[in-house]
Amino acid sequence: MGLLSDAFVYLCAAVIAVPLANRLGLGSVLGYLIAGVVIGPVLGVVGSETTEVQHFAEFGVVMMLFLVGLELKPAMLWKMRQQLIGLGGLQVVGTTAVFAGIGLAAGLTWQSAVALGMILALSSTAIVLQTLNEKGWMKTQGGQNSFSVLLTQDIAVIPMLAILPLLAGAHGASGGSEAHAGGEHGDAAAHGGEALAALPGWAQALIILAVIAAIIFAGRHLLRPVFRFIAEAHLREIFTATALLLVIGIALLMDFVGLSPALGTFLAGVVLSDSDYRHELESDIEPFKGLLLGLFFLTVGAGIDFDLLFGAPVTIFGLAIGLIAVKFGLLFALGTVFRLRGADRWLFALGLAQAGEFAFVLFGSASGAGVLEQTLLQTMTLVVAITMLLTPALFIFYEKVVAPRAVSKSEREPDVIDSRGRVVVAGMGRFGQIVSRLLLTSGYDVVILDHDPQTVENLGRIGMRTFYGDATRPDLLHGAGLGEADLFVAAIDDRDKQTMVVEHVAKTYPKVRILARARDRHHVYELEMAGAHRAERELFEGALALGRRALIELGSHPFRARTRAKNFRNHDREMLEGLRENYNDGGVDKSYIDAMRAHSETLYEIMRAEQGDDRHERTERGWNPPPKGDATL
Amino acid sequence: MNYPLFETAQAVQGVTAVDLYAEYPDFDIDVDREQARLVAHDVIIFQHPLYWYSAPAIMKEWQDLVLEHGFAYGLHGHSLDGKTFLNAISTGAKPNAYSTDGMNHLDLRSLLAPFEKTADLCGMRYLAPFVMFGAGRAVQDNRLDVHRNAYDDLLKALVADRFDLQKAAKAALLSDVLDDFILKGEAG
Repeated sequence: MGLLSDAFVYLCAAVIAVPLANRLGLGSVLGYLIAGVVIGPVLGVVGSETTEVQHFAEFGVVMMLFLVGLELKPAMLWKMRQQLIGLGGLQVVGTTAVFAGIGLAAGLTWQSAVALGMILALSSTAIVLQTLNEKGWMKTQGGQNSFSVLLTQDIAVIPMLAILPLLAGAHGASGGSEAHAGGEHGDAAAHGGEALAALPGWAQALIILAVIAAIIFAGRHLLRPVFRFIAEAHLREIFTATALLLVIGIALLMDFVGLSPALGTFLAGVVLSDSDYRHELESDIEPFKGLLLGLFFLTVGAGIDFDLLFGAPVTIFGLAIGLIAVKFGLLFALGTVFRLRGADRWLFALGLAQAGEFAFVLFGSASGAGVLEQTLLQTMTLVVAITMLLTPALFIFYEKVVAPRAVSKSEREPDVIDSRGRVVVAGMGRFGQIVSRLLLTSGYDVVILDHDPQTVENLGRIGMRTFYGDATRPDLLHGAGLGEADLFVAAIDDRDKQTMVVEHVAKTYPKVRILARARDRHHVYELEMAGAHRAERELFEGALALGRRALIELGSHPFRARTRAKNFRNHDREMLEGLRENYNDGGVDKSYIDAMRAHSETLYEIMRAEQGDDRHERTERGWNPPPKGDATL
Repeated sequence: MNYPLFETAQAVQGVTAVDLYAEYPDFDIDVDREQARLVAHDVIIFQHPLYWYSAPAIMKEWQDLVLEHGFAYGLHGHSLDGKTFLNAISTGAKPNAYSTDGMNHLDLRSLLAPFEKTADLCGMRYLAPFVMFGAGRAVQDNRLDVHRNAYDDLLKALVADRFDLQKAAKAALLSDVLDDFILKGEAG
């Protein structure tokens, strides 16, 4: 097939499968994988050339790490050192050891066992990072720790590539002849090894260090002027070309000295992370990365050897599931040691339980060095691919089963609430904190509840006693002393839970006054219906304050800006009152929208009227001098 | 000091006691509402401590906004005509401070001239101020209860229209002894 028809097939598969998979909540990675299976083994549209395409597509991983580096300032990297070395290091070493042990038990030579262990210790940076970003889990504890481990693994690939040929030493004599059968697997690093192989070890190390230093130096002092020069030329495509050139150039260079190209571009990314062109670089590389990664997943799917699979489905799937189970167990244990709790620990352990794309790379290298036998290699390649194929399912399991349960039924038992106050505050996020601090500093006893153990811990550290527990649970509210309290402040960020809690409190404790945080105007009405005595929109006052500031920046007199903001607030309040009945009658129907439009027009008129020279403004009644014509004065 | 007095006023039937700071904590005075209140009442009392020879800021804001041209004064501003205005105030200094040879060189009614002129311009009759001097020591000296009782009498007499407005308008001060001003029997 020609290049264009190839591209057509791959793009076609992606365009059909990925949006479908996304719509079904499977995530894009699984979409690509399924598309790959369809065009490869099922339809047979693409064949053996997928391996080649895959090596090209692996470049997506390289680009991804460049982007990851761009997001990561050196200071942040330094801050992560404990997780990188401790958590990541332990994961790599521990998993290697366990798999090597299993390999030995299964009758492999110790060299093969170690090689296999190392390779299987790695997880799929491509799938996991892509999924974490897509689902917005990157910022969670689980996501952050996963990222640390992935980063360590990416770095660990370098020494692994160095060790693999050494392991061949004992085994090598027999394996040497078939070395190049696998060498065709075309791994970058395998070639690189050759370029420097002639040199003694210390010289290799020296060159490697020099190259890394050169990347850092060039990134700091050469690339910035170059990017500035090109950016000033205002040729967008040339900027893109430069960015691509940079990534490819570094990858080639790393290749040449036998280092992981991914690591090199990652470094370059970190160096450029505080440059002015970070965002341009990001937006330029991003689409290439996305497409290449997609292509990579497609080829993984397409490359599945169904003959082999159907030849021994039980063995293959057994191995794949066993692999996931072992990795999961180790990760779960590590997560426990490193104090990951609840859903975070599950995300961490489930997410990293597969083997990764680097395994294909390393298998190539291992085969080249003759460390692993061909039949074992083929089987394991398939097993690795299947673990990757199963990963989205694990994420779905996390999303649908673990995460919802973790919120409502966290492993930690709710605290026993042994203090009493006139006020109970539920929810100690950004909103609840301000309310509680105002009340506490005013000398009131406040019982504070929050369902996030991290928040509870952090607040405890700064001396604000917060009780851990889910405020949607009636027994907990009762335990918090709502029966004797005067006031309940509902400040939960989840809209539906907030309404639920307010309704429950209003019904169960009719004497308690209820103040509630509302997401928006409609939520205000819902909360009032549920029994809140007063609901405040969470963003309204902050936005108004900033708007007032904006008027001042634009030249308004500060007092005039205040007055305008005040008028705006009053009008908005009127609108809130005016639309209530409309909303409660039929929700957002035509009459609601008409009423709302009418209100907006009035507001517009009022605010416009003030702009003219008319000193007797309609809304702003300030002190006015009597008019000149008044004969009585 | 002013709060117990405010409570006294609240308890009197026919009196609408308005805590401006409570109703408009942001000084965001509702002009229409306040004008309606003025129209609905015959006697307007500013009850306040004397701050820098004047009223606290919110009462000045109230005057600036509520006493509009065309409502309170001016060619067509007659809404307040014929009403009565009174300052019920407390001072820190003792009575002798408010005299030509005292610390303030002026008597209290002269110092309150801006209020009197405002009332004048709005067509209201200005009464001599009802005063609690040396408010800081009032409780110690057992003067608060006496003053509260006098306030109560004053308000009830005003409500019942049994207060000699003409005489009160000419007086220099309304002290705690109000017998001279309160009319016995039916209103005259």
